[in-house]
Amino acid sequence: MTSIVEFLHALGHYNFLQSALMAAIMVGIMSGIIGSFIILRGMSLMGDAISHSVLPGVAVAYMLGVNLMIGATTFGVIAALLIGFVASNSKLKNDTAIGIVFSAFFALGFILISMAESSTNLHHILFGNVLAVSDSDLLSTFVVLAIVIVFVFALFKELQITSFDEVFAKSYGLNTSIIHYGLMIILTLVTVSALQTVGIILIVAMLITPAATAFLWTNRLVYMLFVSSGVGAVASIVGLYLSYTMNWASGPAIVLVAAIIFLISFVIAPKQGILAKLGVKNVKKA
Amino acid sequence: MLQINDLTVAYSNVPVFTDLSVNFSPGKITGIIGPNGAGKSTLIKGTLGLVRRSGNATLNGTAINRVRQKIAYVEQRAALDLTFPISVFEVVLTGTYGKLGLFKSPGRKEKELATDALKQVNLSEFKNRQIGELSGGQLQRVFVARAIVQQADVVILDEPFVGIDMKSEEEIMNVLRGWRDAGKTIIVVHHDLNKVAAYFDELLIMNHGVIDHGPVATVYTQENMARAFSADLSAVLFNKRAGA
Ligand SMILES: Nc1ncnc2c1ncn2[C@@H]1O[C@H](COP(=O)(O)OP(=O)(O)O)[C@@H](O)[C@H]1O
Ligand SMILES: [Mg+2]
Repeated sequence: MTSIVEFLHALGHYNFLQSALMAAIMVGIMSGIIGSFIILRGMSLMGDAISHSVLPGVAVAYMLGVNLMIGATTFGVIAALLIGFVASNSKLKNDTAIGIVFSAFFALGFILISMAESSTNLHHILFGNVLAVSDSDLLSTFVVLAIVIVFVFALFKELQITSFDEVFAKSYGLNTSIIHYGLMIILTLVTVSALQTVGIILIVAMLITPAATAFLWTNRLVYMLFVSSGVGAVASIVGLYLSYTMNWASGPAIVLVAAIIFLISFVIAPKQGILAKLGVKNVKKA
Repeated sequence: MLQINDLTVAYSNVPVFTDLSVNFSPGKITGIIGPNGAGKSTLIKGTLGLVRRSGNATLNGTAINRVRQKIAYVEQRAALDLTFPISVFEVVLTGTYGKLGLFKSPGRKEKELATDALKQVNLSEFKNRQIGELSGGQLQRVFVARAIVQQADVVILDEPFVGIDMKSEEEIMNVLRGWRDAGKTIIVVHHDLNKVAAYFDELLIMNHGVIDHGPVATVYTQENMARAFSADLSAVLFNKRAGA
């Protein structure tokens, strides 16, 4: 318990810790929101692919001295387009196309980064270094969060119907590709923001685990978005606390907390929870 | 009038049908029958531009693409994720999305439409259920309710009665008859040949192309059914009818 007091004390005194906390919370919220759509669309693998595919963009941005967001978004979108192109112009299934494209991008990024920067930086990019969040990082994270919220608010019904029933959406004339690629662009922005808190390797966990947890607890999309971003935020706070006090890397700490919340939900959640299922069996027996 | 002109659809270079032309009249329920794989669903998807195609489809002379709000489509046993966090009412409400356009969310008027539509298919008490907590027949009625909400001039249903209970089938038929009497164009892909005479005004018989098309009384013949299906099946079908 003393460590919690210490953590709060440190929070009051150190700017870097405050920035880290704010960044982590914002990333938890945005990845919870976007992650909900990712899992509902059955695109978990795509989320993983896009997040890995931004690596060469990060490297190129370093080399050229341009904004990380621009480099990362460019490569994220190229990867998304390439995956779509390979899948629709060959006999290969979507997940195969994803596997090929993202591993190639990741490998390219890995080599570019090692050429451009020292290995500590690579380690931070891969596993996150939330304690090094700068003011400008904080600002861009805030901008991305605002974009995510505006995007989901403005296109809520389009995101809902294309996730639930894409054929119907097409039949009434909605351009579903625009929604898809819009979501991919937002996903790359979220990825870049999450780069600093959890790192590229574990971003997919922030997209999937809180959303999957919320899915177990809710029956309505709106509630799912709130619960998912709440779980993401709580995991970020607790993970940051563990990271600070135990001197763990921030990414793995945050992701582990999220996984534990999921595990608890998996056992006790009303929808598809283990206990709920046992309950159903007992009722049926009776 | 829904007009389909020289429609050709192929999947990976194997054409399902070539240069298919057919017209569907308003104020009629037209059944589309034909063996499995005959291209019935493909005809619908080609008409709606949901698959790559050549040729064109028009509604009263205007390309389908520009009058999508006038057409409602109930997909064949949609491969939907029934665990999706959406309620019965919310699904029906999605029927208003086309007319609403981007950025606008459904308001009171749209919600009233959805409430009325659920009443018409006798599902009012299920409105807050999650979509997966319904029987097959109830689920199909939800999609019919969504079509009601679309207030379309043309309604196309692909095998709506597969795997559903008699009561739901009757209720859906009643909705279709109401639409027909209101002058809408109703198209139903159908598999149960015993119901053909009872359900449809017109019939399109197909097997990788049009075998025949016209009033049920004139085109539902042993000869046509033998051409579309098989001589054996046709013989059984018509002997039974003659004997009954
Ligand atoms: N997406 C697809 N890709 C490849 N072939 C398809 C596809 N959809 C349908 N087919 C083929 O096209 C033919 C017509 O299919 P369909 O229109 O679904 O028939 P029906 O609805 O009359 O049973 C079938 O041989 C089917 O196997
Ligand atoms: Mg079919």
